Order: sequence, then C-alpha cells, then structure tokens
Amino acid sequence: MDFDLSEEQSLLKDSVEKLIAQHYDFEQRKKYLQTPEGYAPDLWARYAEMGLLGLPFAEAEGGFSGGAVETMIVMEAFGRGLVLEPYFATVVLAGGLLRHAASAAQRAALIPAIAAGELRLAFAQSERQARYDLSDIATTATREGTRWNLSGEKSLVLHGDSADRLIVSARVSGARRDHDGIGLFLVDAASPGVSRRGYALQDGTRAAEITLAGAAGEPLGAPDRGFSAIERVVDEAIAALAAEAIGVMAVMHETTLDYLKTRKQFGRPIGQFQVLQHRAVDMFVAIEQARSMAFFATMMAGEADAEERRRAMAAVKVQIGRSGRRVGQEAIQLHGGIGMTMEYKVGHYFKRMTMIETLFGDADHHLGNLAALGGLIAV
Amino acid sequence: MDLAFTKEEIAFRDEMRHIFRNEIPETIRRKATEGRHLSREEIVTSQRILNARGLAVPHWPSEWGGRDWSPVQLYFYQDEMQQANVPPPLPFNVSMVGPVIASFGNERQKRAFLPRIANIDIWFCQGFSEPGSGSDLASLRTSAKRAGDFYIVNGQKTWTTLAQYADWIFCLVRTDASAKQQEGISFLLIDMKTPGITVRPIQTIDGGHEVNEVFLDDVKVPVENLVGEENKGWDYAKFLLGNERTGIARVGTSKERIRRIKELAALERAGEQRVIDNPRFREKLAAVEVELKALELTQLRVVANERRGARGKPDPASSILKIKGSEIQQATTELLMDVVGPYAMPYQPQFEEGWNEPPIGPDYAAPAAPTYFNWRKISIYGGSNEIQRNIIAKAILGL
Repeated sequence: MDFDLSEEQSLLKDSVEKLIAQHYDFEQRKKYLQTPEGYAPDLWARYAEMGLLGLPFAEAEGGFSGGAVETMIVMEAFGRGLVLEPYFATVVLAGGLLRHAASAAQRAALIPAIAAGELRLAFAQSERQARYDLSDIATTATREGTRWNLSGEKSLVLHGDSADRLIVSARVSGARRDHDGIGLFLVDAASPGVSRRGYALQDGTRAAEITLAGAAGEPLGAPDRGFSAIERVVDEAIAALAAEAIGVMAVMHETTLDYLKTRKQFGRPIGQFQVLQHRAVDMFVAIEQARSMAFFATMMAGEADAEERRRAMAAVKVQIGRSGRRVGQEAIQLHGGIGMTMEYKVGHYFKRMTMIETLFGDADHHLGNLAALGGLIAV
Repeated sequence: MDLAFTKEEIAFRDEMRHIFRNEIPETIRRKATEGRHLSREEIVTSQRILNARGLAVPHWPSEWGGRDWSPVQLYFYQDEMQQANVPPPLPFNVSMVGPVIASFGNERQKRAFLPRIANIDIWFCQGFSEPGSGSDLASLRTSAKRAGDFYIVNGQKTWTTLAQYADWIFCLVRTDASAKQQEGISFLLIDMKTPGITVRPIQTIDGGHEVNEVFLDDVKVPVENLVGEENKGWDYAKFLLGNERTGIARVGTSKERIRRIKELAALERAGEQRVIDNPRFREKLAAVEVELKALELTQLRVVANERRGARGKPDPASSILKIKGSEIQQATTELLMDVVGPYAMPYQPQFEEGWNEPPIGPDYAAPAAPTYFNWRKISIYGGSNEIQRNIIAKAILGL
C-alpha cells in the first residue's frame, strides 16, 4: 500500500499543473468563458499535444494506457484551475463508453480523432423525469432495416452544445427503468432530427437540452446491452469528479487561509480569532476526509464486481457532496462580503463545487442507495 | 500508487486475526463486545497472553520486546485487535510510561520496569491532569521539592483512570517554580503504596467508576525514580502524548461496533418492520459508515507517511484521526441507543457487577445508555477535540 505517484505520474502532474498555472488565472478564465464554445479551443489543442486527450485509451488504439490514477491527477489539476474545456464530457464520459461498449472498428475510427483533439463528444444520457436514475430512459431506438432511429428528449447534456457527436442512451426494449434493453448510439450532432438548445450552467460550463426526432444512430456494440457500460462509466465519472472536487476544495481552503492571514479587523489578522481558526480546521478535516474517499474512488473505479463498485462510489459521492458543501459554504462565510462577489474567485469555486455535488446524484441520493445496499460493512 | 496490500501484509493480518480470535478467552472478548466493564484480572489475563506471544509491546525498541514491525503491520495489529474486541494492552503501561522509560530512562530503570510493565506485573496510572490544569497542562502545580535523596511531593492529580487498580503512578511534577512553566516540570515514578497517597473515586455520569482523584501529601519519592533529567519532564510528556498516533482513531473498534449495531437492529422491531429495515435508520447508519471508511483511508495515509520515514515524529494530521475517530465512536453509541429504544432507559448497575439478577428488558439493552454517556469522554481526553483543532490551526494551517 502506498499513496505515492510513480515517476511518470509525477511528471504528468507537474506538466498539467504547470499548464493550468500558466493559462488559467482568474482573468484568463473570464475570457475563455466569453467565447462561443464557453472554453478555449487553443487549450484543447494543447491538451492534445500533451497527450491528455488520449490518456485513458489503450496504446494500441492511439492512446496512452492511463488508468484511474492518471485521470485523478488530471481532474484534480483541472479542479484547481476551474477548467472549462470538455475533458470530462469527451474523454471521461464518452471516452469511457467507447472503451467499455464500442466495437474494435468503432474505437479505431474514433479514438485517434479524440486524442488528436479533432473530435468532441458528449454523453446524452439523463432525461427530465429520470432525476438520477440511470435506467429511467424513455428515449427510444427503433430499427428500420439497417437504420436505427432515435426519438426523445435528453437533458443536461454536458457540453452537448459544442460536441461533434453524441453518444445517446435509448431504450430498444423493455419497460421504463428496466436495466435490460438499453442501447448506446453514436449520433452525428449535425444530422437531421437533432436539435440542441445550449446554455450555461451556474458555474459557466456548458450544457444542452437535446431533442431527437427520428435521428439516425449507430449502435455502440450490442444495441440492447448498454446499461452495464453506462453504470461502469458513471462510476468512473464519479471517481473523476471526486478528484476534481479535491482540487476545487483545496483552492477554496487555500484562498480562505490567505484571507484569514491578511484581512485585518479589530487591529489584527482575523485568523488570530480562535472561532475562525476552528472553522478553518473543520474545512481542512472535511477536505482530508474527501481526499481519502477520492483515493478510494480511484482504487475502486476499475472494480469488476458492479455491486461492490456501486457501493463504493455511492459512499464516495456522499462524502464528496457533504464535504464540498461544507467547505464551499464556509469559504464564502469566512471571506465575508468579498466572497459574495463575482469579481472574487472563491465564489466561482463554490459554484463549481455545487455543480459537482449534483452531477450523477447528490449526497442524499447516494446515501439512499448505499443504505439500500446494506452499507459498507458486512455483518 | 498502489492501494492494495502485499501478500505478506495480508498473511500478517490473517495471523493477527487468528491469534486475537482464538487465544484470548471468549468470555473476555464477549464482555467487551457487550459493552461491559472488564475486571482488573481480565485485563491482566489478556495482556499476559499477548505478552507471552510477543504481542503486548511490538512498538517498543526490540531489546525490550519490540518487533520492529512496519507501520502497516502495526496498523493491522491494532485494527485486528480492535475488531476482535480484545482489550488492548494497558495504554498507560505500553503506550505511555513504557516508551518514555525506554527512551529517556537510565539502564537501571529500564531493567527494573520495562519487563514488568510489558507483562503488567506493575500496573501504572497516569498523573498528569490536575483540578486547575486540564487543557492547560503546563500550568500544573503539584510540587516536588528535593530533600536529600528524596523528592517531597505535594499536590493533587485528577481524572486518574483506574488508579484503584494501579501499583504505580507516573506524574508530572513542578521541580522549579521560578522557571518558565514548561521548563520547571519533571517526570517522576511513584509507588502507590507510599504513605501520603490517597485515592478517591470519581463517579462518572454513566454511574461507573473509572476515574479518580489522587491526593499527594508529603509523599517521599526516591530521587532514583526521576526519569531523565530534572526539569525536562515537559519534553517527555510531549513525546508521550505524541506516541501512538494512529491507534487513536480506533477504526477497528468502530467497525466492530457497526457490525454489532447491525446485528441488534435486525433483532429489534419497530412496528411491522425490523429497525434495520427502517430507511431513516439505515441512512443514518450508512452516513457513519461513509465517514468511517474515509477515516480508515485517512489513517492509512498517515501510516504510509510514517513508513516514508517520518516515523517517531507525530504527524499533525493525526489530530484529524482524534477528532473524526472520536466523533464516529460517539455516533456509534447514539446509533445503539436508537436501536434499543425504550429499554435504554432502566438504570441497571447490577448488570455491571455480575449476573445475579435477570436484566430488565433485552440483555443487550442495558449497556447502551451507560456507553453513550461514558463515551462522551472520548472527545475530551487525550487533548480535547478543541485542543486538536488548535494543533491543526497552528502546525498545519499556519494560523
């Protein structure tokens, strides 16, 4: 057991952190937010050059064979920078679906393009009625000769507005919420029958509501057995979000500590007041507990036993959600008025943290799931 | 990064598990599981069995019985012991005074005390806190004045755990009243049979008798019982309090408590359903399990840090272990109260003394409330959680 990074992993960490430090200060980020895509296309190309976009894919398929630890390193650094590019959408989510569900021919066609920064994907999974239930899919896929037609409405598709292609989950057979009969389909975002309404989330990152009206889709692997891949990818995504959350929380805490040490009231730095010291400590404890669970998530992301993995990820999401909420709220409170302003950075981290809390199920949702699975400790 | 344990480490864990579950008498472990107090004899029996197998003082220097284990091995040793409900070797002996004597005592003291401390032939209690000196320990006033070959000790110690069983007490005493607070303190070993020592029990809110006041009136202590140098006692006390940092989280104990809660929640019914099937209860329990899993990983991170060579120096991150560990242990006592429900209410001290009378209500219900009350102490002793926060604020956050 050791928590140390290998030499290659340390190099990766250094290079990503350096890139973020150079290109993601607060003012630069504001400019990226004002582009039509809501991020910096130049940086997307830089990520490709650095090999980040091919990171989790097998070397033989054009990637770098990175695992959960590598994804953790990148996502934590991206969390520190509040990175806007569609890395999570394209590489973690859609890339994960390709790894776990696509045929060899599909992977060969798509992965090199992703790695080169030429193909942006989005995962069109959630629907308005589903909340966080992964199998509650009303979008249908019907076969017409060799063609699959998709119809339905997908909500909150992360970076769905700028994606070149979508991976859409759709029901091929079975009743609402059945695990069987769910397929994954590759859809050209510009094809007839696809309409997109793009918007910004609270933290400025982009998403879209997508309507499919008989859009043509190409099945990823077997067309009715997509659910286990969805579960698997969402679990990997939760591990990635946990790492991002650690980066976000760490910056909120550092910023708060700086403020406590420099802001003077009553003739001294406010960090000398014990009541504030203890609150800063409680933030620290919450972050360290979350960091431990981010490690746990990384360790369990590749677990083959789906129930064990889901149990672990539910626990991870509970801890991340609870710690994140506490750290974010305290960061604002300990800053006082300045923390409330758009011109100061801490609030932007708070908002990103709040998005992460909700993505793929909030703490209450996952606590309910974990409780239903009988908790973590077997009797 | 590799979060799996090696084959050797797993084999070591299994060996510990086997020993703890098979060599310590079932009656003793059962009592601990049920939350009842152990007698002096039971604690001694358990420690002697462990000592005979080299398992009482594995963290000591090897010449005095230590095993030179890795931090991971020490972690498994503690975790498995806690999960098996084996009473830990008396902490005052093996984690406190033993390491101080081994590190700072002279050869004669080491030979005279260490083997007997390890085998609990001598039972030590701890004379640190005083009525006016709790969190602000360095303000202690018990004085030791030199008179020939003796110190004459006067003062009062309090919260002295199990002093009623103790043969000796290790005390912080003031030997130089004119020096700065921390610089006038010495570390003395005192035979409890010395004239002038009076032990008065303090009953705690659970009704139990664990802690005591110890009065010292003109107690003559041979100078040879001074450990290390005069007026350096504060350094030894800091060393002592910084020792044994990872076991403080008591993750294994909480795991075992949660198993027990689940077992009992499957026996208790509320209306048509078992308590364990009540979604609200399950979610409360699951929330504690999540914090416990996070704490277990946090503890392993501290262990891994120790292995990287920070060994011996207490990691300020271990204050997290104390804060979270105590909160979780206390949460398990609340959950057990929730499980047993109304039969937590009868006060049944006779249940502690023996089995002469049948219990009122289910037998597992009787210890629930006393344990809940008693375990409030966990966030107070060993440096209260507020003191731990001061440590983190200063040592880690730089506030």
